[in-house]
Amino acid sequence: MNVRKTMSKMTQSGSRLAGAAVASLGAWISTAAYAVNDLPGGPAVRQLNLHPAVTKIAEEQHWLHWFMMIVCLVIFVAVFGVMFYSIWKHRKSVGHKAANFHESVAVEIAWTIVPFLIVIGMALPATKVLVAQKDTTAADITIKTTGMQWKWGYDYIKGEGEGIGFVSTLDNTHRVMSNSGGPKPGEVVDNYLLKVDNPMVVPVNKKIRIITTANDVIHAFAVPAFGIKQDAIPGFVRDTWFRAEKVGDFYGQCQELCGKEHAYMPIHVKVVSAADYSAWVAGKNKEMAAKADDPSKVWVLADLKARGEKVYAANCVACHQVAGKGAGAIKALDGSAIVLDADHGKQIAIMLNGANNGAMPPWRTLSDTDLAAVISYTKNNWSNQTGQIVQPAELQAARK
Amino acid sequence: MSAVLDPHDHAHDDHHAHGAPAGWRRWVYATNHKDIGTLYLLFSFFMFMFGGVLALGIRAELFQPGLQLVNPELFNQLTTMHGIIMVFGAIMPAFVGFANWMIPLQIGAADMAFARMNNFSFWLMIPAALTLGASFFLPGGAMAGGWTLYAPLSLQMGPSMDAGIFALHILGASSIMGSINIIVTILNMRAPGMTLMKMPMFCWTWLITAYLLIAVMPVLAGAITMTLTDRHFGTSFFNPAGGGDPVMFQHIFWFFGHPEVYIMILPAFGIISHIIPAFSRKRLFGYASMVYATGSIAILSFVVWAHHMFTTGMPVTGQLFFMYSTMLIAVPTGVKIFNWVATMWKGSMTFETPMLFAVGFIFVFTVGGLTGVILAIAPIDTQLQDTYYVVAHFHYVLVAGSLYAMFAGYYFWSPKWTGVMYNETRGKIHFWWSLISFNVTFFPMHFLGLAGMPRRYADYPMQFADFNAIASVGGFLFGFAQVYFFFFIVLPTMRGQGAPARANPWLDEDDKNAKGAEGLEWEVPSPAPFHTYETPPKLDATATRVIG
Repeated sequence: MNVRKTMSKMTQSGSRLAGAAVASLGAWISTAAYAVNDLPGGPAVRQLNLHPAVTKIAEEQHWLHWFMMIVCLVIFVAVFGVMFYSIWKHRKSVGHKAANFHESVAVEIAWTIVPFLIVIGMALPATKVLVAQKDTTAADITIKTTGMQWKWGYDYIKGEGEGIGFVSTLDNTHRVMSNSGGPKPGEVVDNYLLKVDNPMVVPVNKKIRIITTANDVIHAFAVPAFGIKQDAIPGFVRDTWFRAEKVGDFYGQCQELCGKEHAYMPIHVKVVSAADYSAWVAGKNKEMAAKADDPSKVWVLADLKARGEKVYAANCVACHQVAGKGAGAIKALDGSAIVLDADHGKQIAIMLNGANNGAMPPWRTLSDTDLAAVISYTKNNWSNQTGQIVQPAELQAARK
Repeated sequence: MSAVLDPHDHAHDDHHAHGAPAGWRRWVYATNHKDIGTLYLLFSFFMFMFGGVLALGIRAELFQPGLQLVNPELFNQLTTMHGIIMVFGAIMPAFVGFANWMIPLQIGAADMAFARMNNFSFWLMIPAALTLGASFFLPGGAMAGGWTLYAPLSLQMGPSMDAGIFALHILGASSIMGSINIIVTILNMRAPGMTLMKMPMFCWTWLITAYLLIAVMPVLAGAITMTLTDRHFGTSFFNPAGGGDPVMFQHIFWFFGHPEVYIMILPAFGIISHIIPAFSRKRLFGYASMVYATGSIAILSFVVWAHHMFTTGMPVTGQLFFMYSTMLIAVPTGVKIFNWVATMWKGSMTFETPMLFAVGFIFVFTVGGLTGVILAIAPIDTQLQDTYYVVAHFHYVLVAGSLYAMFAGYYFWSPKWTGVMYNETRGKIHFWWSLISFNVTFFPMHFLGLAGMPRRYADYPMQFADFNAIASVGGFLFGFAQVYFFFFIVLPTMRGQGAPARANPWLDEDDKNAKGAEGLEWEVPSPAPFHTYETPPKLDATATRVIG
């Protein structure tokens, strides 16, 4: 009786203990696990295969990959079936005695010719797809993508939307999030490091030719859903093409080491219907017309500083910080001799040409007004109160 | 007594005209191929640990999304230096260490042809390694452009790029001198009766590797010198602003780089070709075929380089050519694998640690080889270039390939070097621990690559988190396995702790007719005396036994 009571007590407390252990393990896992969902058009959680194809080329790549995997799997199973059978049966410990043969010309010829034929069989379908991938003729729209340290520039140079040009940068909050250790457990950021301010917009079912080049070092433009990847090489133009067959948002990332922010220059291509595309083009044209600042306008400091604060938040805060103090190798702007200097040329030169071998990249892609605004902002913010103002016209002159 | 560490051993040899050096002079002035082999092996293991620590830094940072431990600049330094140190500081010198120890023993020569140049080849590596290690402390940190040093990114790097170029030049000179030594030794100093087609496979693979080294190390020297002059002397080989071509760097680098990876695997093939027959108690199947296959691989390795450049924008004809030639290399490699399996077939196998690593090599290297064939298909490579699939592929062939072969070679030949048997139970622990943790680390990277995760990324979208976490855990476990290997297996044998080894520990004692390891290295005592084969031995018809 006593034993049974003790046993049941032990079982009770044992199972309570086990229950507590499981609960705390579960709690630990769930706090350690990240709340993240598949990103349509981007990576899926624990994705095992290529991204579902959105173009015919990507479909062919899928097919080729499955074909190769199956052939390789069959070869692998065959060879290692034989090997493991041999390991099992031809062991000294089961008493197998070694045979004496050690060469056979016939066998050598056979297992040279057969793999050679298999390789030819693999190469034929691949040839077809490769030739198709290279055919960039007769495109409906041509977009030049320029890789820069560390963002993409898109210029629509032919077809509907001609003349539109803008820069696409990683959303700054994501960059800051990365610095502070990434998303917190429980924080849902499905497009972490993939969100940009200005996605490339293209119409569905049209052949889009992508011309790649770069401003500084080699980058690479890639969208897995479309099955495209092309190096962006400074001083050279390369091209590739795609015809997206589905509407949606599709993502890629820079695929050639380009310096310290290599992981922070994503690609977002928005595929929309033809009607939506035309509407976007119209809207973009209006926007560009409105935004076109008059470079000869003479600004007052308060307005220019307000504009500069926005430019700073969108472009500078990730490295130079909100307080302008920088960190480590990144220079502080607050109290900087170059910023405080009455000679505007020093800071303008750095903004236009970069510094420290590209560690501070050049910012030529910003407009004269934006550059003048952010320079004026730094000269009149934090403890810097120089009262200096830099007009857009100074930037225009400095670019020459 | 261990010839490795015992300073008194060579006092037993009768034929010394010189006073044998002892203490530090023995090592600094070493001209004995066994001592130099030991120096290379210990140096390479130390560099392996250093490169491994850098890898663990990478994996620790990538354990979770977000930057926790390093900033992106330092992360790029870690990835770059991990690659450089492992390729030039660990794998290549380790194989040279094996070559130094085993080639003279296997061909019945007293030593390498150029003993003093041998010494210089080794000691050159020390300042190079110190330069590379110290480069972390230069302004701007260590090199951070990837081990491939692509231009124009290399032109942006700080002084560590110049230090690294200098170190690579020194390492290249060391390799070239070592290769000259190996070729001259093998071609001129084989014992009478050992024709080339009777020479051990390890010597064949090193002979071919040495020719590859002499052919391509100068090409690397050219590429990095052009980078140096672009950086400092006003040239524009690769700088587009001056009319140069960044892609030309890639062509020159990979013309070196592709044969380089075969340089790193051919000696491994040689080691495996010794171990499988020994533990199958059966002669290597298709010796002639194996020689021709190795030669074919070496020749083909010169015409496949641009498969590293499929996405640079070359014309489709170029892509097709390199796709075809790369797939072609799979054929002789497959022939070698079939020959090893045929050696095992109907043998009488036992599975001591060298055989475990050899069988493990065949199994896991083939996985890497097959993913290589998949990558060779250019349309598939469009998806996988510069992703973690490539990282998985080359770690399978370099770690599960070259490194496992080296472990196999250590377990196989260390009784000859040290005179004692390693602890078999610990050897098996090392094998299984390495095999499992290796696969835990690198298999998930195939999935990451297929999903599109790029290489050399300090931070990544959250959907990649789980596989990265698994890989990081595996990486640390793999690293600890190698620390265990050194402290619990290697060091005890170097100190002479273990059962005394026979001259041929792999010959069955209970069956006089059974075959075991064959070769002239097994004809000398264990540990091998300081001087062996001072007079050329008389060989039997197979050139594997000493007679008379």
